[in-house]
Amino acid sequence: MSAAPLLEAEGLSLRFGAIPALDRVSLAVWPGEVVAIVGESGSGKTTLLRVLSGLARPQAGRVLYRDPAGEAREVHGMGEAALRRLHRSDWGFVHQNPRDGLRMGVSAGGNVGERLMAAGARHYGAIRAQAAAWLRRVEIDPARMDDPPAKFSGGMQQRLQIARTLVTHPRLVFMDEPTGGLDVSVQARLLDLIRALVADLGLAVLLVTHDIAAARLLAHRLLVMRHGRVVEEGLTDRVLDDPQHPYTQLLVSSVLAA
Amino acid sequence: MSAAPGYNFAYLDENTKRMIRRALLKAVAIPGHQVPFGSREMPLPYGWGTGGIQVTASVIGPDDTLKVIDQGADDTTNAVSIRRFFARVAGVATTERTAEATIIQTRHRIPETPLREGQILVYQVPMPEPLFRLEPRVAETRRMHALADYGLMQVKLYEDIARHGHIAISYNYPVMVNGRYLMAPSPIPAFDNPKMHRMPALQLFGAGREKRLYAVPPYTEVRSLDFEDHPFRPPRAEAACALCGSRESYLDEVVTDDRGGRMFLCSDTDWCRQRREAAG
Ligand SMILES: Nc1ncnc2c1ncn2[C@@H]1O[C@H](COP(=O)(O)OP(=O)(O)OP(=O)(O)O)[C@@H](O)[C@H]1O
Ligand SMILES: [Mg+2]
Repeated sequence: MSAAPLLEAEGLSLRFGAIPALDRVSLAVWPGEVVAIVGESGSGKTTLLRVLSGLARPQAGRVLYRDPAGEAREVHGMGEAALRRLHRSDWGFVHQNPRDGLRMGVSAGGNVGERLMAAGARHYGAIRAQAAAWLRRVEIDPARMDDPPAKFSGGMQQRLQIARTLVTHPRLVFMDEPTGGLDVSVQARLLDLIRALVADLGLAVLLVTHDIAAARLLAHRLLVMRHGRVVEEGLTDRVLDDPQHPYTQLLVSSVLAA
Repeated sequence: MSAAPGYNFAYLDENTKRMIRRALLKAVAIPGHQVPFGSREMPLPYGWGTGGIQVTASVIGPDDTLKVIDQGADDTTNAVSIRRFFARVAGVATTERTAEATIIQTRHRIPETPLREGQILVYQVPMPEPLFRLEPRVAETRRMHALADYGLMQVKLYEDIARHGHIAISYNYPVMVNGRYLMAPSPIPAFDNPKMHRMPALQLFGAGREKRLYAVPPYTEVRSLDFEDHPFRPPRAEAACALCGSRESYLDEVVTDDRGGRMFLCSDTDWCRQRREAAG
Protein backbone atom coordinates (compact mmCIF):
# COMPACT_ATOMS: atom_id res chain seq x y z
CA MET A 1 0.00 0.00 0.00
CA SER A 2 1.31 3.42 -0.92
CA ALA A 3 1.95 6.26 1.44
CA ALA A 4 -0.94 8.55 0.56
CA PRO A 5 -4.59 7.68 1.18
CA LEU A 6 -6.94 7.53 -1.80
CA LEU A 7 -9.83 8.95 0.16
CA GLU A 8 -9.62 10.91 3.36
CA ALA A 9 -12.50 12.25 5.45
CA GLU A 10 -12.28 14.56 8.42
CA GLY A 11 -14.93 15.47 10.97
CA LEU A 12 -17.99 14.61 8.89
CA SER A 13 -21.26 15.54 10.56
CA LEU A 14 -24.79 15.44 9.23
CA ARG A 15 -28.01 15.65 11.22
CA PHE A 16 -31.52 14.89 10.02
CA GLY A 17 -33.54 16.93 12.51
CA ALA A 18 -32.65 15.51 15.92
CA ILE A 19 -30.94 12.43 14.44
CA PRO A 20 -27.16 12.63 14.15
CA ALA A 21 -26.76 10.40 11.07
CA LEU A 22 -23.05 11.26 11.07
CA ASP A 23 -21.23 12.61 14.10
CA ARG A 24 -17.63 13.77 13.54
CA VAL A 25 -16.61 10.81 11.41
CA SER A 26 -13.03 10.65 10.12
CA LEU A 27 -11.52 7.88 8.05
CA ALA A 28 -8.99 7.12 5.35
CA VAL A 29 -8.87 4.50 2.61
CA TRP A 30 -5.55 3.56 1.01
CA PRO A 31 -5.13 2.26 -2.54
CA GLY A 32 -6.00 -1.43 -2.80
CA GLU A 33 -7.52 -1.56 0.66
CA VAL A 34 -10.93 -3.00 1.58
CA VAL A 35 -12.54 -1.18 4.48
CA ALA A 36 -15.79 -2.51 5.90
CA ILE A 37 -18.29 -0.36 7.74
CA VAL A 38 -20.48 -2.38 10.09
CA GLY A 39 -23.19 -1.38 12.52
CA GLU A 40 -26.86 -1.85 13.27
CA SER A 41 -29.67 -0.52 11.11
CA GLY A 42 -29.88 3.27 11.28
CA SER A 43 -26.32 3.72 12.51
CA GLY A 44 -25.44 5.95 9.53
CA LYS A 45 -23.63 3.56 7.17
CA THR A 46 -25.49 4.48 4.00
CA THR A 47 -25.35 8.16 4.89
CA LEU A 48 -21.58 7.87 5.28
CA LEU A 49 -21.20 6.26 1.83
CA ARG A 50 -23.38 8.93 0.27
CA VAL A 51 -21.39 11.73 1.85
CA LEU A 52 -18.02 10.18 1.01
CA SER A 53 -19.01 9.69 -2.62
CA GLY A 54 -20.35 13.23 -2.97
CA LEU A 55 -23.99 12.19 -3.36
CA ALA A 56 -24.85 14.05 -0.14
CA ARG A 57 -23.26 17.10 1.42
CA PRO A 58 -22.14 17.07 5.05
CA GLN A 59 -22.95 19.95 7.41
CA ALA A 60 -19.39 19.86 8.70
CA GLY A 61 -16.12 18.25 7.67
CA ARG A 62 -14.56 17.52 4.32
CA VAL A 63 -13.62 14.66 2.02
CA LEU A 64 -10.44 14.60 -0.07
CA TYR A 65 -9.90 12.30 -3.05
CA ARG A 66 -6.44 11.83 -4.48
CA ASP A 67 -6.71 11.60 -8.28
CA PRO A 68 -4.40 9.45 -10.44
CA ALA A 69 -2.09 12.46 -10.90
CA GLY A 70 -1.63 12.55 -7.11
CA GLU A 71 -3.61 15.75 -6.66
CA ALA A 72 -5.90 15.91 -3.60
CA ARG A 73 -9.33 17.23 -4.57
CA GLU A 74 -12.16 18.18 -2.29
CA VAL A 75 -15.14 16.00 -3.20
CA HIS A 76 -17.76 18.57 -2.24
CA GLY A 77 -15.94 21.44 -3.89
CA MET A 78 -15.17 20.05 -7.33
CA GLY A 79 -18.50 20.82 -9.01
CA GLU A 80 -21.13 18.55 -10.45
CA ALA A 81 -19.49 17.94 -13.83
CA ALA A 82 -16.19 16.81 -12.29
CA LEU A 83 -17.98 14.68 -9.73
CA ARG A 84 -20.04 12.93 -12.40
CA ARG A 85 -16.91 12.27 -14.40
CA LEU A 86 -15.34 10.72 -11.32
CA HIS A 87 -18.40 8.54 -10.76
CA ARG A 88 -18.18 7.08 -14.24
CA SER A 89 -14.41 6.68 -14.40
CA ASP A 90 -12.32 6.41 -11.22
CA TRP A 91 -15.19 5.42 -8.94
CA GLY A 92 -17.91 2.84 -8.86
CA PHE A 93 -21.03 2.42 -6.76
CA VAL A 94 -22.69 -0.95 -6.16
CA HIS A 95 -26.19 -0.62 -4.71
CA GLN A 96 -27.95 -3.10 -2.45
CA ASN A 97 -30.87 -3.25 -4.84
CA PRO A 98 -29.57 -4.07 -8.34
CA ARG A 99 -32.51 -2.12 -9.79
CA ASP A 100 -30.91 1.06 -8.45
CA GLY A 101 -27.65 0.32 -10.24
CA LEU A 102 -28.84 -1.27 -13.49
CA ARG A 103 -30.87 -0.03 -16.44
CA MET A 104 -33.67 -2.57 -16.41
CA GLY A 105 -34.81 -1.71 -19.94
CA VAL A 106 -31.36 -2.25 -21.45
CA SER A 107 -29.75 -5.63 -22.27
CA ALA A 108 -27.05 -7.09 -20.04
CA GLY A 109 -24.42 -6.27 -22.68
CA GLY A 110 -25.68 -2.69 -22.95
CA ASN A 111 -25.55 -2.33 -19.18
CA VAL A 112 -21.91 -3.38 -19.11
CA GLY A 113 -21.07 -1.32 -22.19
CA GLU A 114 -22.60 1.92 -20.94
CA ARG A 115 -19.59 3.09 -18.94
CA LEU A 116 -17.30 2.26 -21.86
CA MET A 117 -19.46 4.32 -24.20
CA ALA A 118 -19.69 7.16 -21.69
CA ALA A 119 -15.89 7.12 -21.65
CA GLY A 120 -15.86 7.49 -25.44
CA ALA A 121 -15.73 3.89 -26.77
CA ARG A 122 -17.25 3.87 -30.27
CA HIS A 123 -16.37 0.45 -31.66
CA TYR A 124 -19.40 -1.81 -31.35
CA GLY A 125 -17.45 -5.04 -31.74
CA ALA A 126 -14.87 -4.04 -29.15
CA ILE A 127 -17.53 -2.92 -26.67
CA ARG A 128 -19.33 -6.22 -27.14
CA ALA A 129 -16.18 -8.25 -26.71
CA GLN A 130 -15.38 -6.44 -23.47
CA ALA A 131 -18.94 -6.88 -22.22
CA ALA A 132 -18.78 -10.61 -22.99
CA ALA A 133 -15.46 -10.96 -21.20
CA TRP A 134 -16.87 -9.21 -18.15
CA LEU A 135 -20.02 -11.31 -18.11
CA ARG A 136 -17.84 -14.42 -18.17
CA ARG A 137 -15.78 -12.97 -15.37
CA VAL A 138 -18.83 -12.57 -13.14
CA GLU A 139 -20.02 -16.05 -14.11
CA ILE A 140 -22.85 -15.03 -16.42
CA ASP A 141 -23.08 -16.98 -19.69
CA PRO A 142 -22.22 -14.47 -22.48
CA ALA A 143 -24.92 -16.17 -24.56
CA ARG A 144 -27.34 -14.19 -22.39
CA MET A 145 -25.81 -10.79 -23.09
CA ASP A 146 -28.78 -9.62 -25.14
CA ASP A 147 -31.30 -10.52 -22.42
CA PRO A 148 -32.65 -7.78 -20.19
CA PRO A 149 -31.67 -7.98 -16.50
CA ALA A 150 -35.33 -8.53 -15.59
CA LYS A 151 -34.89 -12.11 -16.85
CA PHE A 152 -32.01 -12.70 -14.41
CA SER A 153 -32.13 -14.02 -10.84
CA GLY A 154 -31.31 -11.65 -7.99
CA GLY A 155 -27.79 -13.03 -7.68
CA MET A 156 -27.16 -12.67 -11.41
CA GLN A 157 -28.48 -9.12 -11.38
CA GLN A 158 -26.07 -8.28 -8.60
CA ARG A 159 -23.17 -9.86 -10.51
CA LEU A 160 -24.22 -7.90 -13.58
CA GLN A 161 -24.19 -4.69 -11.56
CA ILE A 162 -20.65 -5.51 -10.44
CA ALA A 163 -19.52 -6.16 -14.03
CA ARG A 164 -21.11 -2.90 -15.16
CA THR A 165 -19.29 -1.03 -12.39
CA LEU A 166 -15.86 -2.62 -12.80
CA VAL A 167 -15.62 -2.63 -16.60
CA THR A 168 -13.81 0.72 -16.64
CA HIS A 169 -11.38 -0.40 -13.91
CA PRO A 170 -12.27 2.11 -11.21
CA ARG A 171 -9.78 2.69 -8.41
CA LEU A 172 -12.34 3.01 -5.64
CA VAL A 173 -15.68 1.23 -5.30
CA PHE A 174 -18.42 2.01 -2.82
CA MET A 175 -20.62 -1.00 -2.02
CA ASP A 176 -23.77 -0.69 0.06
CA GLU A 177 -24.86 -4.13 1.30
CA PRO A 178 -24.04 -5.80 -2.03
CA THR A 179 -25.26 -9.18 -0.77
CA GLY A 180 -28.22 -7.73 1.14
CA GLY A 181 -31.32 -9.12 -0.52
CA LEU A 182 -29.90 -12.51 -1.48
CA ASP A 183 -30.25 -16.11 -0.25
CA VAL A 184 -27.44 -17.27 2.00
CA SER A 185 -25.97 -19.72 -0.54
CA VAL A 186 -26.07 -17.03 -3.24
CA GLN A 187 -24.46 -14.56 -0.84
CA ALA A 188 -21.51 -16.86 -0.24
CA ARG A 189 -20.85 -17.26 -3.96
CA LEU A 190 -21.09 -13.52 -4.54
CA LEU A 191 -18.70 -12.77 -1.68
CA ASP A 192 -16.15 -15.17 -3.14
CA LEU A 193 -16.51 -13.48 -6.50
CA ILE A 194 -16.07 -9.99 -5.02
CA ARG A 195 -13.03 -11.16 -3.10
CA ALA A 196 -11.38 -12.57 -6.23
CA LEU A 197 -12.13 -9.45 -8.31
CA VAL A 198 -10.91 -7.06 -5.66
CA ALA A 199 -7.63 -8.97 -5.37
CA ASP A 200 -7.18 -9.24 -9.16
CA LEU A 201 -7.88 -5.59 -9.85
CA GLY A 202 -6.24 -4.15 -6.74
CA LEU A 203 -9.41 -2.20 -5.99
CA ALA A 204 -9.94 -0.05 -2.97
CA VAL A 205 -13.40 -0.78 -1.57
CA LEU A 206 -15.60 0.82 1.02
CA LEU A 207 -18.02 -1.93 1.93
CA VAL A 208 -21.11 -1.33 4.03
CA THR A 209 -22.53 -4.48 5.54
CA HIS A 210 -24.61 -5.89 8.37
CA ASP A 211 -22.82 -9.14 7.91
CA ILE A 212 -19.82 -9.65 10.18
CA ALA A 213 -18.86 -12.82 8.29
CA ALA A 214 -18.74 -10.87 5.03
CA ALA A 215 -16.58 -8.23 6.66
CA ARG A 216 -14.25 -10.93 7.98
CA LEU A 217 -13.94 -12.51 4.54
CA LEU A 218 -13.36 -9.32 2.53
CA ALA A 219 -12.06 -6.50 4.65
CA HIS A 220 -8.56 -5.57 5.68
CA ARG A 221 -9.89 -3.02 8.13
CA LEU A 222 -13.15 -2.54 9.94
CA LEU A 223 -15.05 0.50 11.21
CA VAL A 224 -17.84 -0.04 13.70
CA MET A 225 -20.57 2.61 13.66
CA ARG A 226 -23.27 3.41 16.16
CA HIS A 227 -25.57 6.43 16.27
CA GLY A 228 -23.57 8.13 13.53
CA ARG A 229 -20.25 7.72 15.27
CA VAL A 230 -17.28 5.44 14.64
CA VAL A 231 -16.96 3.66 17.99
CA GLU A 232 -14.12 1.35 17.06
CA GLU A 233 -11.79 0.76 14.16
CA GLY A 234 -8.81 -1.42 13.38
CA LEU A 235 -7.57 -4.43 11.45
CA THR A 236 -10.48 -6.80 10.85
CA ASP A 237 -9.12 -9.76 12.78
CA ARG A 238 -8.08 -7.60 15.71
CA VAL A 239 -11.51 -5.94 15.99
CA LEU A 240 -13.45 -9.18 15.63
CA ASP A 241 -11.22 -11.36 17.82
CA ASP A 242 -10.49 -8.80 20.47
CA PRO A 243 -13.22 -6.16 20.43
CA GLN A 244 -12.59 -3.24 22.80
CA HIS A 245 -15.82 -1.26 22.71
CA PRO A 246 -18.80 -2.81 24.54
CA TYR A 247 -21.00 -2.28 21.46
CA THR A 248 -18.52 -4.15 19.25
CA GLN A 249 -18.38 -6.93 21.83
CA LEU A 250 -22.15 -7.18 21.67
CA LEU A 251 -22.15 -7.15 17.88
CA VAL A 252 -19.53 -9.91 17.66
CA SER A 253 -21.09 -12.08 20.35
CA SER A 254 -24.57 -11.82 18.82
CA VAL A 255 -23.12 -13.06 15.55
CA LEU A 256 -21.37 -15.93 17.29
CA ALA A 257 -24.59 -16.81 19.08
CA ALA A 258 -26.63 -16.71 15.87
CA MET B 1 -48.41 42.60 -52.53
CA SER B 2 -49.15 44.25 -49.17
CA ALA B 3 -50.14 42.85 -45.80
CA ALA B 4 -53.80 42.61 -44.85
CA PRO B 5 -54.95 45.46 -42.58
CA GLY B 6 -55.76 44.66 -38.96
CA TYR B 7 -52.63 42.58 -38.39
CA ASN B 8 -49.17 43.61 -37.35
CA PHE B 9 -46.65 42.68 -40.04
CA ALA B 10 -46.27 38.88 -40.00
CA TYR B 11 -49.09 38.52 -37.42
CA LEU B 12 -46.98 38.61 -34.22
CA ASP B 13 -46.59 41.92 -32.36
CA GLU B 14 -43.16 43.56 -32.41
CA ASN B 15 -42.37 42.73 -28.76
CA THR B 16 -43.01 39.06 -29.31
CA LYS B 17 -40.87 39.04 -32.44
CA ARG B 18 -38.06 40.80 -30.58
CA MET B 19 -38.27 38.24 -27.78
CA ILE B 20 -38.11 35.38 -30.26
CA ARG B 21 -35.23 37.01 -32.16
CA ARG B 22 -33.29 37.36 -28.91
CA ALA B 23 -33.84 33.66 -28.22
CA LEU B 24 -32.74 32.88 -31.80
CA LEU B 25 -29.55 34.90 -31.40
CA LYS B 26 -28.74 32.90 -28.31
CA ALA B 27 -29.55 29.68 -30.16
CA VAL B 28 -27.22 30.66 -33.01
CA ALA B 29 -24.48 31.51 -30.51
CA ILE B 30 -24.74 28.04 -28.90
CA PRO B 31 -25.30 25.67 -31.83
CA GLY B 32 -27.64 22.78 -31.01
CA HIS B 33 -28.55 24.10 -27.56
CA GLN B 34 -32.28 24.33 -26.81
CA VAL B 35 -33.34 27.84 -25.79
CA PRO B 36 -36.70 28.34 -24.05
CA PHE B 37 -39.02 31.00 -25.44
CA GLY B 38 -42.46 32.35 -24.60
CA SER B 39 -44.41 30.53 -27.30
CA ARG B 40 -47.58 32.39 -28.37
CA GLU B 41 -50.99 31.13 -29.35
CA MET B 42 -51.19 30.97 -33.12
CA PRO B 43 -54.28 30.73 -35.31
CA LEU B 44 -53.39 27.09 -35.93
CA PRO B 45 -53.43 24.08 -33.62
CA TYR B 46 -50.18 22.63 -32.22
CA GLY B 47 -48.88 19.99 -34.56
CA TRP B 48 -49.47 22.35 -37.49
CA GLY B 49 -46.09 23.93 -37.10
CA THR B 50 -46.78 26.77 -34.67
CA GLY B 51 -43.13 26.75 -33.55
CA GLY B 52 -41.87 27.04 -37.12
CA ILE B 53 -44.44 29.71 -37.93
CA GLN B 54 -43.37 31.86 -34.98
CA VAL B 55 -39.73 31.57 -36.04
CA THR B 56 -40.60 32.47 -39.64
CA ALA B 57 -42.75 35.38 -38.46
CA SER B 58 -39.85 36.73 -36.40
CA VAL B 59 -37.21 36.61 -39.14
CA ILE B 60 -39.25 37.42 -42.25
CA GLY B 61 -39.11 40.87 -43.88
CA PRO B 62 -41.13 42.47 -46.70
CA ASP B 63 -38.44 41.63 -49.27
CA ASP B 64 -38.30 37.93 -48.44
CA THR B 65 -39.58 35.17 -50.66
CA LEU B 66 -41.12 32.29 -48.76
CA LYS B 67 -41.36 28.62 -49.66
CA VAL B 68 -43.22 26.15 -47.45
CA ILE B 69 -42.99 22.38 -47.74
CA ASP B 70 -44.61 19.51 -45.93
CA GLN B 71 -42.98 16.09 -46.48
CA GLY B 72 -41.13 17.67 -49.40
CA ALA B 73 -44.28 18.85 -51.20
CA ASP B 74 -45.42 22.44 -51.73
CA ASP B 75 -49.02 21.52 -52.48
CA THR B 76 -50.18 19.74 -49.32
CA THR B 77 -52.89 21.34 -47.17
CA ASN B 78 -50.49 22.27 -44.39
CA ALA B 79 -47.92 23.86 -46.70
CA VAL B 80 -50.54 25.74 -48.69
CA SER B 81 -52.24 27.17 -45.61
CA ILE B 82 -48.98 28.35 -44.03
CA ARG B 83 -47.89 29.94 -47.31
CA ARG B 84 -51.25 31.71 -47.67
CA PHE B 85 -51.07 32.81 -44.06
CA PHE B 86 -47.80 34.66 -44.62
CA ALA B 87 -48.88 36.02 -48.00
CA ARG B 88 -51.85 37.53 -46.17
CA VAL B 89 -50.30 38.78 -42.88
CA ALA B 90 -46.89 39.83 -44.28
CA GLY B 91 -47.67 40.41 -47.92
CA VAL B 92 -44.51 38.58 -48.91
CA ALA B 93 -43.84 36.86 -52.22
CA THR B 94 -44.06 33.08 -52.16
CA THR B 95 -42.48 30.48 -54.38
CA GLU B 96 -42.29 26.75 -54.86
CA ARG B 97 -38.73 26.95 -56.19
CA THR B 98 -36.05 26.23 -53.63
CA ALA B 99 -33.45 28.39 -55.40
CA GLU B 100 -35.74 31.44 -55.43
CA ALA B 101 -36.71 31.30 -51.75
CA THR B 102 -34.94 33.30 -49.05
CA ILE B 103 -36.82 31.51 -46.27
CA ILE B 104 -37.98 27.90 -46.47
CA GLN B 105 -40.24 26.58 -43.74
CA THR B 106 -40.31 22.81 -43.65
CA ARG B 107 -41.90 19.85 -42.02
CA HIS B 108 -40.11 16.47 -42.34
CA ARG B 109 -37.70 17.21 -45.22
CA ILE B 110 -34.68 19.16 -46.39
CA PRO B 111 -34.92 20.18 -50.07
CA GLU B 112 -32.78 18.21 -52.52
CA THR B 113 -31.50 21.39 -54.18
CA PRO B 114 -28.45 22.39 -52.12
CA LEU B 115 -29.14 25.49 -50.05
CA ARG B 116 -26.85 28.48 -50.28
CA GLU B 117 -25.58 31.32 -48.12
CA GLY B 118 -28.23 33.86 -47.22
CA GLN B 119 -31.08 31.37 -47.15
CA ILE B 120 -32.80 30.34 -43.93
CA LEU B 121 -34.31 26.89 -43.38
CA VAL B 122 -36.96 26.88 -40.64
CA TYR B 123 -37.92 23.47 -39.25
CA GLN B 124 -41.21 22.68 -37.53
CA VAL B 125 -40.31 20.55 -34.49
CA PRO B 126 -42.80 18.45 -32.53
CA MET B 127 -40.31 17.23 -29.86
CA PRO B 128 -37.04 19.12 -29.42
CA GLU B 129 -35.53 16.84 -26.76
CA PRO B 130 -33.48 14.05 -28.35
CA LEU B 131 -33.25 12.20 -25.03
CA PHE B 132 -36.92 12.21 -24.10
CA ARG B 133 -37.60 8.56 -24.85
CA LEU B 134 -34.53 7.51 -22.90
CA GLU B 135 -34.80 9.81 -19.91
CA PRO B 136 -38.29 10.99 -18.97
CA ARG B 137 -37.11 13.42 -16.26
CA VAL B 138 -36.72 16.85 -17.88
CA ALA B 139 -34.36 18.15 -15.19
CA GLU B 140 -32.12 15.14 -15.76
CA THR B 141 -32.02 15.65 -19.55
CA ARG B 142 -30.95 19.26 -18.95
CA ARG B 143 -28.18 18.07 -16.68
CA MET B 144 -27.08 15.56 -19.32
CA HIS B 145 -26.87 18.35 -21.90
CA ALA B 146 -25.03 20.64 -19.49
CA LEU B 147 -22.43 17.95 -18.83
CA ALA B 148 -22.42 16.56 -22.39
CA ASP B 149 -23.24 13.23 -20.77
CA TYR B 150 -24.54 11.37 -23.83
CA GLY B 151 -23.47 7.78 -23.13
CA LEU B 152 -27.12 6.81 -22.82
CA MET B 153 -27.89 7.80 -26.41
CA GLN B 154 -24.99 5.65 -27.57
CA VAL B 155 -26.42 2.79 -25.46
CA LYS B 156 -29.68 3.10 -27.38
CA LEU B 157 -27.77 2.74 -30.69
CA TYR B 158 -25.88 -0.25 -29.23
CA GLU B 159 -29.20 -1.87 -28.30
CA ASP B 160 -30.51 -1.35 -31.82
CA ILE B 161 -27.54 -3.13 -33.35
CA ALA B 162 -27.72 -5.94 -30.78
CA ARG B 163 -31.42 -6.43 -31.52
CA HIS B 164 -31.78 -5.69 -35.23
CA GLY B 165 -28.24 -5.93 -36.56
CA HIS B 166 -28.29 -2.24 -37.52
CA ILE B 167 -29.30 1.13 -36.11
CA ALA B 168 -33.05 1.12 -36.55
CA ILE B 169 -33.74 4.85 -36.62
CA SER B 170 -35.04 6.08 -39.94
CA TYR B 171 -36.43 9.47 -38.84
CA ASN B 172 -35.24 12.09 -36.36
CA TYR B 173 -31.83 10.40 -36.28
CA PRO B 174 -29.80 12.03 -33.46
CA VAL B 175 -26.87 14.27 -34.33
CA MET B 176 -24.02 15.97 -32.50
CA VAL B 177 -23.77 19.64 -33.36
CA ASN B 178 -20.39 21.36 -33.36
CA GLY B 179 -19.01 18.46 -31.31
CA ARG B 180 -20.92 19.62 -28.26
CA TYR B 181 -24.73 19.31 -28.19
CA LEU B 182 -26.86 16.31 -28.97
CA MET B 183 -29.73 17.50 -31.16
CA ALA B 184 -32.97 16.15 -32.61
CA PRO B 185 -33.05 17.12 -36.31
CA SER B 186 -36.89 16.96 -36.19
CA PRO B 187 -38.57 14.06 -38.00
CA ILE B 188 -36.65 14.43 -41.25
CA PRO B 189 -35.54 11.10 -42.77
CA ALA B 190 -32.03 10.04 -41.78
CA PHE B 191 -31.38 10.34 -45.53
CA ASP B 192 -31.44 14.14 -45.08
CA ASN B 193 -29.01 14.24 -42.14
CA PRO B 194 -25.86 14.67 -44.27
CA LYS B 195 -27.39 17.81 -45.79
CA MET B 196 -27.29 19.50 -42.39
CA HIS B 197 -23.52 19.10 -42.16
CA ARG B 198 -21.72 22.34 -43.02
CA MET B 199 -24.82 23.67 -44.76
CA PRO B 200 -24.19 27.21 -46.10
CA ALA B 201 -27.74 28.26 -45.08
CA LEU B 202 -28.83 29.11 -41.53
CA GLN B 203 -30.98 26.38 -39.93
CA LEU B 204 -33.53 27.39 -37.30
CA PHE B 205 -35.75 25.00 -35.34
CA GLY B 206 -39.00 25.93 -33.58
CA ALA B 207 -41.03 23.73 -31.20
CA GLY B 208 -44.28 25.54 -30.33
CA ARG B 209 -45.87 23.19 -27.81
CA GLU B 210 -42.55 22.49 -26.05
CA LYS B 211 -41.57 26.19 -26.19
CA ARG B 212 -38.02 25.58 -27.40
CA LEU B 213 -35.86 27.02 -30.17
CA TYR B 214 -32.50 25.87 -31.45
CA ALA B 215 -30.22 26.58 -34.37
CA VAL B 216 -27.36 25.41 -36.54
CA PRO B 217 -25.40 28.36 -37.94
CA PRO B 218 -23.97 28.15 -41.48
CA TYR B 219 -21.05 25.79 -42.05
CA THR B 220 -21.43 24.06 -38.67
CA GLU B 221 -20.37 20.47 -38.16
CA VAL B 222 -23.37 18.14 -37.78
CA ARG B 223 -22.48 14.48 -37.22
CA SER B 224 -24.93 11.60 -37.07
CA LEU B 225 -24.14 9.31 -34.14
CA ASP B 226 -22.78 5.91 -35.05
CA PHE B 227 -20.10 3.33 -34.30
CA GLU B 228 -16.76 2.98 -36.07
CA ASP B 229 -17.70 -0.52 -37.22
CA HIS B 230 -21.36 0.41 -37.90
CA PRO B 231 -21.00 3.75 -39.65
CA PHE B 232 -24.03 5.93 -40.32
CA ARG B 233 -25.50 4.92 -43.69
CA PRO B 234 -28.68 6.73 -44.54
CA PRO B 235 -31.17 4.31 -46.07
CA ARG B 236 -32.85 5.00 -49.41
CA ALA B 237 -35.36 2.93 -51.39
CA GLU B 238 -33.58 0.90 -54.11
CA ALA B 239 -35.57 2.49 -56.89
CA ALA B 240 -35.79 5.35 -59.35
CA CYS B 241 -38.43 8.07 -59.38
CA ALA B 242 -41.22 7.01 -61.76
CA LEU B 243 -41.52 10.60 -63.04
CA CYS B 244 -37.98 11.97 -63.33
CA GLY B 245 -35.91 8.79 -63.00
CA SER B 246 -33.79 10.12 -60.13
CA ARG B 247 -31.71 7.59 -58.24
CA GLU B 248 -30.29 10.12 -55.80
CA SER B 249 -33.36 11.80 -54.33
CA TYR B 250 -35.48 10.67 -51.41
CA LEU B 251 -38.49 8.70 -52.65
CA ASP B 252 -42.03 8.26 -51.41
CA GLU B 253 -43.75 4.97 -52.07
CA VAL B 254 -47.16 5.47 -53.65
CA VAL B 255 -49.80 2.75 -53.88
CA THR B 256 -51.37 2.92 -57.33
CA ASP B 257 -54.19 0.37 -57.13
CA ASP B 258 -55.74 -2.17 -54.78
CA ARG B 259 -53.82 -5.09 -56.29
CA GLY B 260 -50.50 -4.23 -54.67
CA GLY B 261 -49.38 -1.97 -57.48
CA ARG B 262 -46.98 0.74 -56.32
CA MET B 263 -44.42 3.18 -57.56
CA PHE B 264 -41.77 5.49 -56.21
CA LEU B 265 -41.82 9.27 -56.62
CA CYS B 266 -39.50 12.04 -55.52
CA SER B 267 -40.69 13.40 -52.19
CA ASP B 268 -39.32 16.85 -53.19
CA THR B 269 -41.89 17.94 -55.78
CA ASP B 270 -40.00 21.08 -56.82
CA TRP B 271 -36.81 19.15 -57.49
CA CYS B 272 -38.65 16.47 -59.47
CA ARG B 273 -40.36 19.09 -61.66
CA GLN B 274 -37.07 20.88 -62.33
CA ARG B 275 -35.48 17.64 -63.48
CA ARG B 276 -38.37 16.92 -65.81
CA GLU B 277 -38.25 20.49 -67.18
CA ALA B 278 -34.49 20.23 -67.74
CA ALA B 279 -34.95 16.91 -69.54
CA GLY B 280 -37.46 18.68 -71.79
N1 LIG C 1 -32.89 11.67 3.95
C1 LIG C 1 -33.10 11.43 5.24
N2 LIG C 1 -33.99 12.18 5.96
C2 LIG C 1 -34.17 11.98 7.27
N3 LIG C 1 -33.53 11.06 7.99
C3 LIG C 1 -32.64 10.28 7.35
C4 LIG C 1 -32.38 10.42 5.96
N4 LIG C 1 -31.44 9.52 5.60
C5 LIG C 1 -31.14 8.84 6.71
N5 LIG C 1 -31.85 9.29 7.78
C6 LIG C 1 -31.73 8.82 9.15
O1 LIG C 1 -30.35 8.83 9.48
C7 LIG C 1 -30.01 7.68 10.22
C8 LIG C 1 -28.94 6.91 9.51
O2 LIG C 1 -29.51 6.34 8.31
P1 LIG C 1 -28.69 5.39 7.33
O3 LIG C 1 -29.58 5.07 6.21
O4 LIG C 1 -27.40 6.03 7.03
O5 LIG C 1 -28.46 4.11 8.22
P2 LIG C 1 -27.83 2.70 7.83
O6 LIG C 1 -26.78 2.44 8.81
O7 LIG C 1 -27.48 2.66 6.41
O8 LIG C 1 -29.08 1.72 8.10
P3 LIG C 1 -29.47 0.35 7.37
O9 LIG C 1 -28.55 -0.67 7.91
O10 LIG C 1 -30.88 0.11 7.81
O11 LIG C 1 -29.35 0.56 5.90
C9 LIG C 1 -31.31 6.91 10.42
O12 LIG C 1 -31.86 7.26 11.65
C10 LIG C 1 -32.18 7.39 9.29
O13 LIG C 1 -33.54 7.28 9.65
MG1 LIG D 1 -28.16 1.51 4.72
